Amino acid sequence: MKTTVSVRQVSKSFGKKTVLSEVNLTMEQGQIYGLIGPSGAGKTTLIKMMVGMDVPDEGAVNILGTKMPNLTMLQHIGYMAQSDALYGELTGEENLKFFASMFKMGKAEQKQRISYAADLVNLSQELGKKVSAYSGGMKRRLSLAIALVHDPSVLILDEPTVGIDPELRQSIWQELTRLRSSERKTIVVTTHVMDEAEKCDRLAMVRNGRILTEGTPEQLKRQYNAAGLEDVFLQAGGVRP
Amino acid sequence: MRIRALVRRICEQLLRDKRTLALLFLAPLLVLSLVNYLFQHTGDGSDVKIGAVNVDAQIVESMKNQGMDVVFYAQADKDTLEKDKLDAVIVMKDRAIHLILKNTDPSVSKAIRMKISQTAASLAEAALQKGKAAAAHVAMTTDYVYGGADTNYFDTLSPILIGFFVFFFVFLIAGIGLLRERTSGTLERLMATPVRPGEVIAGYLAGYGMFAFLQTVIVVLFGTLVLGIPLAGSIWYVLLVNLLLAFVALSLGILLSAFAASEFQMVQFIPIVIIPQVFFAGIFPLDGMASWVQAVARIMPLYYAADALKSVMYKGLGFGEIAVDVGVLLLFAALFIGLNLRRLAFLYRK
Repeated sequence: MKTTVSVRQVSKSFGKKTVLSEVNLTMEQGQIYGLIGPSGAGKTTLIKMMVGMDVPDEGAVNILGTKMPNLTMLQHIGYMAQSDALYGELTGEENLKFFASMFKMGKAEQKQRISYAADLVNLSQELGKKVSAYSGGMKRRLSLAIALVHDPSVLILDEPTVGIDPELRQSIWQELTRLRSSERKTIVVTTHVMDEAEKCDRLAMVRNGRILTEGTPEQLKRQYNAAGLEDVFLQAGGVRP
Repeated sequence: MRIRALVRRICEQLLRDKRTLALLFLAPLLVLSLVNYLFQHTGDGSDVKIGAVNVDAQIVESMKNQGMDVVFYAQADKDTLEKDKLDAVIVMKDRAIHLILKNTDPSVSKAIRMKISQTAASLAEAALQKGKAAAAHVAMTTDYVYGGADTNYFDTLSPILIGFFVFFFVFLIAGIGLLRERTSGTLERLMATPVRPGEVIAGYLAGYGMFAFLQTVIVVLFGTLVLGIPLAGSIWYVLLVNLLLAFVALSLGILLSAFAASEFQMVQFIPIVIIPQVFFAGIFPLDGMASWVQAVARIMPLYYAADALKSVMYKGLGFGEIAVDVGVLLLFAALFIGLNLRRLAFLYRK
């Protein structure tokens, strides 16, 4: 298996507050990697380092063998932020087109990728509407489409299914699974939802800037002798259920 | 390619925002018209009381026709003018006109002087056609009770106003534009693509610069063609100065938006950044003021723009006379753009 994302001995503090300390993670091609943990655990900081918007105080984040931050590497990374960062005055298509223009892509390829990405998240019929008229779920889907528009080999999704109804959540996860299996993409997901964590190939539990435990969902459950991931999470955090 | 996409996006956004477009293009025209009306209408040269000493009957006739109230004197000077509350006194001697203007309102003085000299000139021309070459020469001298010939306060105000509109609206709209981009997370999202800080800034400069340019063209054309604001020099220099000023306003707005957490806080920069510049831009003559006041004026971009605009629009001077102002504006723009680049790189490209 080819390592696509590697986090080595990463520490980071803002002022006196330590946000990450000695984090080590390895993610491979064709893998959905879940980062779970409570709010403020350091997941978003970790993700920002992967997209090169933050730098570790110590250690290094490498993506596809290149040390981040690296501008050209961003061509191969698809990022979906926690909040929907969209231009409300523009239509869905204009948003997609704008972000697609930031990547190296031919005109024909751009057109084809835009219709592919819109189709994927079921937004083809709504592309002509202004984003300000979109529902919360539609905005989330458009954000996902934007993350996919340049066909990145590494997808970094910060809580992708927040505010999305169960039906659509399922279809997004189906798509993520397909992208992993047939397109061999590396997908990094943060989530609060335990049944989503169950669908990841590997999980890392983050708390107070540390990796509490890491492994496949099955391994984790066996290790803590727990029935569900929720119990694993509580036990690993030192809380008895 | 990326810059073009950025410019295109800014245009699409602005063109959909009809209120902001109206603020950008119509508000300056409205304010300019109102200010123009206020200043123009205080004196149009009619409705004035003028003392006449030995004035040619034809000239008196013409003055009366223009709505002036003419009072005849055997002799009159500045004291007579004060005592009888006259606006001006005309003394004619050997076909030479001596005009004494009270000049409490420079715009009235200007109107009177223009009308008298026009009347005298047309009479002289008529005389010339009749073959009385000797009688044709009409000399005119002017004396002022208050102030002097160069008290042309209001004409110098309109170039400052035009510069002010460009600065104010571009500062506000670009500042809030980037602020919203920051608070909504789109800036961060944008910086997660391979775009360079320079490309973002260039896109912003070009995108908003286009609207600033359009605004300047509309304001200048409206001001000169509709409102009759004097434009003695080249309109291209006016556009050049305003475009540079727009770049300064744009980059300063973007820079200061970093220190605002909301649109409301952005608006709070108006009394700090905009209003003092207006006062120091030449609305009040700074020549006689303390040197520290003049020094303060020299750190304000609008001071240089106003100086250049006054030179071109009012005095009709050429590029040589505004080169220093243009250079300083370029330096301001370069400084703010440089600071913006550093900030963007510091925040998102570590």
